[in-house]
Amino acid sequence: MGRVLAVIIWIITLLSVLLFFNKKWWLPEAISDHAPALDRQFLITILVVGISFAAAQIALGYAVWKFRDTGKAGDRAVYTHGSNRLEVLWTVITAFVFIALGVMGQSVWAALRLHDAPPGSYTVEVVAQQFQWNFHYAGADGKFGRTDPSLIDDGSLNFIGLDAEDAASRDDAVTAALAIPVNRPVELRLRSKDVIHNFWVPQLRFKQDLVPGMEIKVNFTANKVGKYELACAELCGQLHFKMKSYMLVLPEDELTALQALPQEQFQARMGELLNKYQLPQY
Amino acid sequence: MATMVSTRPVRSTGAGTGPKVPGPNGNGSKRHDGFPDPDANWNRYRIGMWVGLASVAMMFTSLSSAYIVRSASSNDWAALPMPGILLASTALILGSSATLEVARRKLKAALSVPYTKWLFVTVMLGLGFLAAQIFAWRQLAGRGIYVASNPHSSFFYLLTGAHAVHLVGGLLGLTFLWLRSRRHVIDKTLIARRKAATDAVSIYWHFMDALWIYLFLLLFLWR
Amino acid sequence: MSETHEGVHRHPAPTGFIRKYIFSIDHKVIGIQYIMLALAAVVVGMLMSLLMRLQLSWPGTDWPILGTLFPTGAPNGVMNPEFYLSLVTMHGTIMVFFVLTTAPQGGFGNYFLPIQIGAEDMAFPYLNMLSFWVTLVGFIVILMAIFVEGNQGIGEWFATLGPSFAGGSGTVGPIGGWTGYAPLSALGKIAGPGQGGGMNLWIISIAIFCVGSLLGALNFITTLLNMRTKGMTLMRMPLTCWAWFTTAVLALLSFPVLLGGGILLLLDRVANTSFFIPGGLYVSGLLSGSNPNFPLHTGGSPILWQHLFWFFGHPEVYIAILPGMGATSHILATFARKPVFGYRAMVFAIFAIGLLGFFVWGHHMFISGMSPYSAIAFSVLTLSIGVPSAVKTFNWLGTLWGGRIRFTTAMLFALGFVSLFVAGGITGLILGQSSLDLPMHDTYIVTAHFHLVMGVASIFGMFAATYFWFPKMFGRFMSESLGRIHFWITFAGVYAIFMPMHVMGLMGMPRRFSQFTEYNFLVNSSGLVKLVTVAAIITIAVQFVFYFNVFWSMFKGERAGENPWEATTLEWNTPSPPPHDNFAGVLPVVHHGPYEFAVPGAPRDYVMQTDVDVEVPSGNGHNGKH
Repeated sequence: MGRVLAVIIWIITLLSVLLFFNKKWWLPEAISDHAPALDRQFLITILVVGISFAAAQIALGYAVWKFRDTGKAGDRAVYTHGSNRLEVLWTVITAFVFIALGVMGQSVWAALRLHDAPPGSYTVEVVAQQFQWNFHYAGADGKFGRTDPSLIDDGSLNFIGLDAEDAASRDDAVTAALAIPVNRPVELRLRSKDVIHNFWVPQLRFKQDLVPGMEIKVNFTANKVGKYELACAELCGQLHFKMKSYMLVLPEDELTALQALPQEQFQARMGELLNKYQLPQY
Repeated sequence: MATMVSTRPVRSTGAGTGPKVPGPNGNGSKRHDGFPDPDANWNRYRIGMWVGLASVAMMFTSLSSAYIVRSASSNDWAALPMPGILLASTALILGSSATLEVARRKLKAALSVPYTKWLFVTVMLGLGFLAAQIFAWRQLAGRGIYVASNPHSSFFYLLTGAHAVHLVGGLLGLTFLWLRSRRHVIDKTLIARRKAATDAVSIYWHFMDALWIYLFLLLFLWR
Repeated sequence: MSETHEGVHRHPAPTGFIRKYIFSIDHKVIGIQYIMLALAAVVVGMLMSLLMRLQLSWPGTDWPILGTLFPTGAPNGVMNPEFYLSLVTMHGTIMVFFVLTTAPQGGFGNYFLPIQIGAEDMAFPYLNMLSFWVTLVGFIVILMAIFVEGNQGIGEWFATLGPSFAGGSGTVGPIGGWTGYAPLSALGKIAGPGQGGGMNLWIISIAIFCVGSLLGALNFITTLLNMRTKGMTLMRMPLTCWAWFTTAVLALLSFPVLLGGGILLLLDRVANTSFFIPGGLYVSGLLSGSNPNFPLHTGGSPILWQHLFWFFGHPEVYIAILPGMGATSHILATFARKPVFGYRAMVFAIFAIGLLGFFVWGHHMFISGMSPYSAIAFSVLTLSIGVPSAVKTFNWLGTLWGGRIRFTTAMLFALGFVSLFVAGGITGLILGQSSLDLPMHDTYIVTAHFHLVMGVASIFGMFAATYFWFPKMFGRFMSESLGRIHFWITFAGVYAIFMPMHVMGLMGMPRRFSQFTEYNFLVNSSGLVKLVTVAAIITIAVQFVFYFNVFWSMFKGERAGENPWEATTLEWNTPSPPPHDNFAGVLPVVHHGPYEFAVPGAPRDYVMQTDVDVEVPSGNGHNGKH
């Protein structure tokens, strides 16, 4: 039985490891500036994880193969209560490897999360609500119109409570899809109208909760033109699974042209752009 | 029972090696043979009470941390006027701790009649505290301040209410002691048990007292 | 002969059926009651996961039987998203609370902790009985939560308690995941299906469960500190006792925090307070304060709930797995016929895991909007918790090394525990890093990670415990041949279920989606999703072999003697099943450490803790020198 178990443990280990050698079942193509560093950290980590996993399983298999009870009379196990030297050795080694990994990972985190958006970033307000994304663009003047929850009226399509009286809001546009420039820092100001949602574009390599009552800022730079799917990744109610939108990463000129348009034409043009670009091949 | 066929004699093999003479396990048993004796050792009442209070303390810690976070999280905090009756309730519960301590000493000195009397006084003071709390709630409600009026009132009702619920448990314990105290006991183990039970209830009651002082300071001095 | 001592009968053996088996104060009966509760709960949780798998693999399919069983959740046989989400919520809640917390601790801990330390019962037998019955009430309430929402039958009665108890629109249970994030869980009916009265009952059930667990934890700690028999020093306790003790400490300190949070959440729902609900919300077409259906809320903090929840939630993970670790160490030593390698290191590792477990809750919140600076501290602390976990794994391998392994079913499951604990735990290195959590958070790699380590590994520990201790509990063996079938299929099955979930997570598949058909980036996952479902169906089916084995063996199994596994600890020093006061009025005296196997020169290859007249070279279970 020991030998059967050993072989099964080894087969499972082999299959488990092979599962990860498949491009189709891997992280999608990355399109943000911070992604290469993050992917590198991920690769180092998963190598450590994979090697530790395989080593432990192979050793476990070896032990059950080698040290099975042969039933010989008088044959006894080795009598030992352990070895302090070994305990110290493996504690120190694992502590070093694990904590080193953790500390290395922080540089990626720090680069992403510990600074504000650089000046000149393209800013979009994101207002999530149950099963719908709203994106608020500042328009040509670069200023966001005033919003107020008491002005929200889903029935008349004022989803974010934009104050029409405010001068800054005249050229603002609100759409259901996100358009950002390529190769230029982007700042998203994330808010929610009702419950917690989560902004998740797999290609961007980050997630961020949108918490009602808070405005959370994230910044990143996308570096590949195209159309990408945007999902909600925090349980938000019944239709959570299809709270979907798209993120368009546009050449600067195309975005500038789009931004100059008033609300209705903005939306129409957004529709055209969504048709123009194709989702990546998976 | 176990059937060990021994073939070798016990040999002393020096410190840390051979079978040691098993010592007492530290449970505080009066027996010196090292066995725990559940009927003579009522220490478990005291240990159990301390352990239980650790969890009560954790719950109030979680509520206080919520209080501190919530008080800083927005500008809708409107400080309540302190109901004056709370000073009276503070005095009552402090007094009840003192009378309980007197009762406990009387029991130690084997004076069972004063023990009963002081217990009764403690129960009355505890009830007085509870009445004062209820009066404070009614006073606030009379002024139109309810649990949902603003975050401070929410926490006020919640913390004082949670404290009152725990205090009722203490009152039940005290009442139980008082009812039992009128029964005359001579048996040694029963006396030991009575002392342990009184200790356990006292620990709890003093804890409720301290908890009230803490909550009072948190509610009206922190912010 | 072993040295013995006349004990005192603290409470006489009960005679009537009710006092003996129902309202019993005997820790052994209570332990079995907890195990039976877990066995009932796990069937419910397991069948829910089966329904979820069917929906994920073949969304939109008409399952006529579902239409009959759940007219509101699967009208015309097609499962609707709110039914799926309520299954997610109930599966998680039932499994975490009523299976993974009850069986390992309340069940086996209750039964064996007093026996293993040589006590006649728990310190507070009546409290012990109370803790079980409180827990059972919690289970009944959570089952009711499933049915309240429909607004029919029992739901109608609850609606009379007040508006916040009335059901939502035609779902079958609360929706919030087992974490119940506010404000979704705090807003009430207005936030959509699954937010009506069922959510109140969900919170109430958890609050009741907290109380039951606290009573249990108090009892465990006091018993262990105060009731150990003569010679049972702390460092002579079996590792199972250390694990149960640490688990009880974790429960004692973490459940009150959840209880506090639950009270706040319930007040937000029924008393219109604003602990977790911020101002200016606009939900389902209504502005907060503009309508009697949606009263005014201001200033609450949704993240506060997450802090309170995860301060409990992370230790809860260890509450689930530590007893499994203890049982595994115990069983590995017994069937490798070798002392536990590094007993002291094992004790310290258990303590280190328990202690660190209180300082890492923030790793569940890297993407929640909390301070990015605190994320750094949480991240590094989280990775350091891998160190004691690795130490345990090394010591388990060290225990096997040079052993003479006997492959009983119990041993197979203990070995399976080691394999699965490594497989599930090691991915914590990925998820614990704040930067890598950004893409991985709330995807299927998280699902895979925690199912393997706190779900499946813990359950393997409990399977091992069941096969190992069954002869002691019922005086009969479980069938080894059925046990082996159960092991092989379950072991391969759980890997087939959870390994593919890792790569689904890499692809970006979010948790708690009722179907994956909406997104192009998940198109390559459909084959894997179906594979997982097939594996799940087979694995679930074989669990009924286990059920059959348990109940058949209780009456028809081969009879077992006092010490059928040739083990060393005190539970093997008393008849199977043990008498009412465990040792028939004669308390054992302990002379040795718990795992003295293969002692050179000893007459047998094991030295029981009570044995006298045997020389044990390295004494009390201290590390020997090499």
